[in-house]
Amino acid sequence: MMAQENLNDTSSASAAATPRKLKVATVSLAGCFGCHMSFLDIDERILPLLELVEFDRSPITDIKHCGPCDIGLIEGGVCNAENVHVLREFRANCKVLIALGACAVNGGLPAQRNHLELADILQMVYRTGHGLAVGSAIPNDPELPLPLNQVHPVHEVVKIDYFLPGCPPSGDAIWAFLTQHIEGKDPALGHGLLHYD
Amino acid sequence: MNDSFLLDGEEIPFTPGQTVMQAAASAGKYIPHLCWHPDFAAHGSCKLCTVKIGGRFATACTVRASAGQEVENRTEELDAKRRTLLQLLFVEGNHFCPSCEKSGDCALQATAYEMGMLTPHFDHFYPDRPVDASHPDVLLEFNRCIMCELCVRASREVDGKDVFALAGRGTKSHLIVNSETGRLADTDFASTDRAAEVCPVGVILKKRVGFAVPIGARTYDLNPISAVGTKREPQAAPLANDAHEKEAG
Amino acid sequence: MATPELERILARHRRDPLQLLQILIEAQAHAGWLPPATLSAIAEALGVPRARVESTASFYSFLHTRPAGEFRILFSDNITDRMLGNQALMKALCDKLWLEPGKVSEDGLVSVDTTSCTGMCDQGPAVLANGRTITRVTPERIDEIAHLIRRRVPVGDWPPERFHVEDNIRRRDVLLDHGLAPGAALAAALDRGATSILGEIERSALRGCGGAGFGSDIKWRSCRDAWGDAHYVICNADEGEPGTFKDRVLLASYFDMVVDGMCIAGMAIGANKGFIYLRGEYRYLLDRLETRLAQRREQGLLGRNILGRGFSFDIEIHLGAGAYICGEESALIESLEGKPGKPRIRPPFPVTNGYRGQPTTVNNVETLALAALIAVHGGEWFRAIGTPASTGTKLLSVSGDVERPGIYEFPFGVTVAEVLEAAGARDTQAVTSAGAAGHCLAADDFGRRIAFEDVATGGSIMVFDHSRDMFEVARNFLHFFAHESCGFCTPCRVGTAVNARLIDKLAADRGSPYDLDEMAKMHRLMQGASHCGLGNTATIALHDMLAKFRPAFERRLHSPEYEPAFDLDAALTQARRMTGRDDAGAHLGDNREALAEERSRPHGGTAAATVAPSPVTPAPTKDLQP
Repeated sequence: MMAQENLNDTSSASAAATPRKLKVATVSLAGCFGCHMSFLDIDERILPLLELVEFDRSPITDIKHCGPCDIGLIEGGVCNAENVHVLREFRANCKVLIALGACAVNGGLPAQRNHLELADILQMVYRTGHGLAVGSAIPNDPELPLPLNQVHPVHEVVKIDYFLPGCPPSGDAIWAFLTQHIEGKDPALGHGLLHYD
Repeated sequence: MNDSFLLDGEEIPFTPGQTVMQAAASAGKYIPHLCWHPDFAAHGSCKLCTVKIGGRFATACTVRASAGQEVENRTEELDAKRRTLLQLLFVEGNHFCPSCEKSGDCALQATAYEMGMLTPHFDHFYPDRPVDASHPDVLLEFNRCIMCELCVRASREVDGKDVFALAGRGTKSHLIVNSETGRLADTDFASTDRAAEVCPVGVILKKRVGFAVPIGARTYDLNPISAVGTKREPQAAPLANDAHEKEAG
Repeated sequence: MATPELERILARHRRDPLQLLQILIEAQAHAGWLPPATLSAIAEALGVPRARVESTASFYSFLHTRPAGEFRILFSDNITDRMLGNQALMKALCDKLWLEPGKVSEDGLVSVDTTSCTGMCDQGPAVLANGRTITRVTPERIDEIAHLIRRRVPVGDWPPERFHVEDNIRRRDVLLDHGLAPGAALAAALDRGATSILGEIERSALRGCGGAGFGSDIKWRSCRDAWGDAHYVICNADEGEPGTFKDRVLLASYFDMVVDGMCIAGMAIGANKGFIYLRGEYRYLLDRLETRLAQRREQGLLGRNILGRGFSFDIEIHLGAGAYICGEESALIESLEGKPGKPRIRPPFPVTNGYRGQPTTVNNVETLALAALIAVHGGEWFRAIGTPASTGTKLLSVSGDVERPGIYEFPFGVTVAEVLEAAGARDTQAVTSAGAAGHCLAADDFGRRIAFEDVATGGSIMVFDHSRDMFEVARNFLHFFAHESCGFCTPCRVGTAVNARLIDKLAADRGSPYDLDEMAKMHRLMQGASHCGLGNTATIALHDMLAKFRPAFERRLHSPEYEPAFDLDAALTQARRMTGRDDAGAHLGDNREALAEERSRPHGGTAAATVAPSPVTPAPTKDLQP
């Protein structure tokens, strides 16, 4: 088991203690990629992390489907049919799913449409709103995923094992959470790292 | 000492008539709470201050302190219950912290941080609660109401106005104002009322000062609520001019 | 401005803010609802903030702050009504009237909805038509009701025999066979005097019959000893526990015993004023009871100088308006004071700080009738009946799968099996011991005794034979509590709603073992953390049923894995409609199949082989995160 000090020691990025790397997949559903950007804010700590993990499906690798993984990080809530398919792919393939950020945890900004009727929203956005071209219509291309009546946090669609809130969670919070988790601890974030905003 | 009780094993002095909560607060000890406020009579509705006295559950804000009492407060069992209560409050309303101007100054949020709540856990109710922006100086954002009735008590007991009341029953409970139109602008509410200061969450919001203090530099960003306790009351409203300058900057 | 009709109502109630609920009930009788201007006029006339008037008006189920129709039909929705087919009857009525349940018809004529148990379980299915009780509803009656409504015949002009309510007394013992003339018990009590009466009550070991079983002598003595400007006696006739109807029968046919009991309580505690808090569902009894009180005043059995013995005591009847919580004594007092029925912080208890902040004793209807019996026969006589810890007799309201539903008076100590035998129960699967709020008994328990020391009961015995699905019983109870939670405290307000959602999830074939664990978690939270008895007891029956009738719940589990509570494919309906799409991509299957398919998908390369051995991923501890 890696000790916390080893993980934080960027100079001696020794992989001697890790027999095999953990596979990690990440995705942004109905999110803004802000959580992914924040993930990159772990800065140079990505190097010791890469001694421990390798990335499967992720915007970082551009792999389109995930295979069996140890950890899946889900940014964003579930707002359309494609989000559902992707989330199921992650659930089926990842041993542990982590909801990353406010939108994955409680729907976030996109869920603030939930008290409105979806039909009314589509009507206004594509047909009756200001500044639309004549003959504007609601897109119906089968390539496009259909939106759900409401936006849901990921735990309302599949079982989620861990939650890391924040808009976005800071790089430090993500680092602390992941390293604790990889060490086999129940991740706990103290004051300053735990934020919902 | 005669008039003292044990709070998590620590001796807490009290004066006769004080509740466990009052005595703990006087001694600078934190018992989690949302509907309790030192200036008002106990309400006992949020149940966050549920403690164990002699093996029985009780609300610290309503039970009188008595000599020799052994009160359990920050045990894992009780904090787990509090975490569940917070989760229930979070899914009952619409609590979107990233877009709430009370974020960082919100007792609900800060208490959830204190309890290490990582997720609202339950399925969200996503209720439809329209906002009331009718008043020139104050916005009512009902989505965040936790039914603590602090504004009801402040308006009635301090302001002498009865601007607020809870209506409905069960999950249909909701805050109303004292006018036939249901609009705050049609009441005698003023932004200088005590009721304008007392909301622990982001329902009663003064207009034009929401981001006078930036996110990250707010009360509970700086210190956990267990350290802030009841020392921060009431929140000093920044001057309007300051606010504009800061917003512009 | 108040209309002349409203003026008359206000004057009759002396423009007393404490009469607010009574004023609202009467003001609504005229228009069928309470328009905003009416609330404003009442607030102005009483000199109270309008918000407070609206607060009360919006709390009670039978008060409407929106139009509810000229005809308001409410189907009693207790599990016993369901077992007698109320859902099909309600659907039939809605179909005939071309409307949806819970919505007012477009012409404003009629609305049809459900309401909590109306206390007619022995003669269901029952309906309230503009507040008036109709029992034993049949498809033919539904045709008739629809016809009367369409012809706009006022409910007061409907055939009177439709409103007949039976007593259905099946077994009489010392109370129901008392053989006493009106006022005889009161006279006996006056002969004994207050101190002696308190002594007899103590010797009798009488305990409250509402279910909690608090010692009546302690309650009366504490109230008597409490300092106050005035003392009050309240008869709790807010018989709301699903499956209970004993108080209905006592009020209908033993009212003099109840009034004698109230007068005796008044004498014992030093009160001159009493209230009967009559649940709104028993509105049909009001005129009869008022008439009898007036007769008693003429007969010298009530009012000033009763029986010429210098003792004065009078009684006012207050109506409830559809709120189970008002059976809780401090909520009842709040309601009596014209407020929403939300339980107070206790202590202080009503015996010291009750109605108007004065010492008040709140007793169940049956307790008061028994006190009258004790005044005649003495405490020793009473104590000889029943068991040492549970003296006297108990009225049991028996309903459900029995041949002879009705009221059974048994001495305490009778076994559940004996009660079932007497009522003609066959093939019994389960019995409620205290309605929706108490333990649920299975066959193993039927040898147990009805007594505080064994099966404690308020008397609501609902019987379910093996043809019944206990899951549906639990579901009915959970929805009842979600509807009746007053909303004051967090665990009960939100917890009852979460439980109702969870059991609906199971009913919709979307459940997993996870959901059963969640319900158990709510049980652990609500027990202990809730503000009053409602929240503390709301999951007891569920907890028992989950343990004793587990297969009924497990049958409903769709998947061993977590399932969403909502239908994902149905969540695309609006988008499909707005885009006109119906291709494969416009639909979603359920999780179980999708996950299985995903897992069987072949993965390229050696992906599977390169996965590391599982890291230590601790399962979240129960009750902790997530």
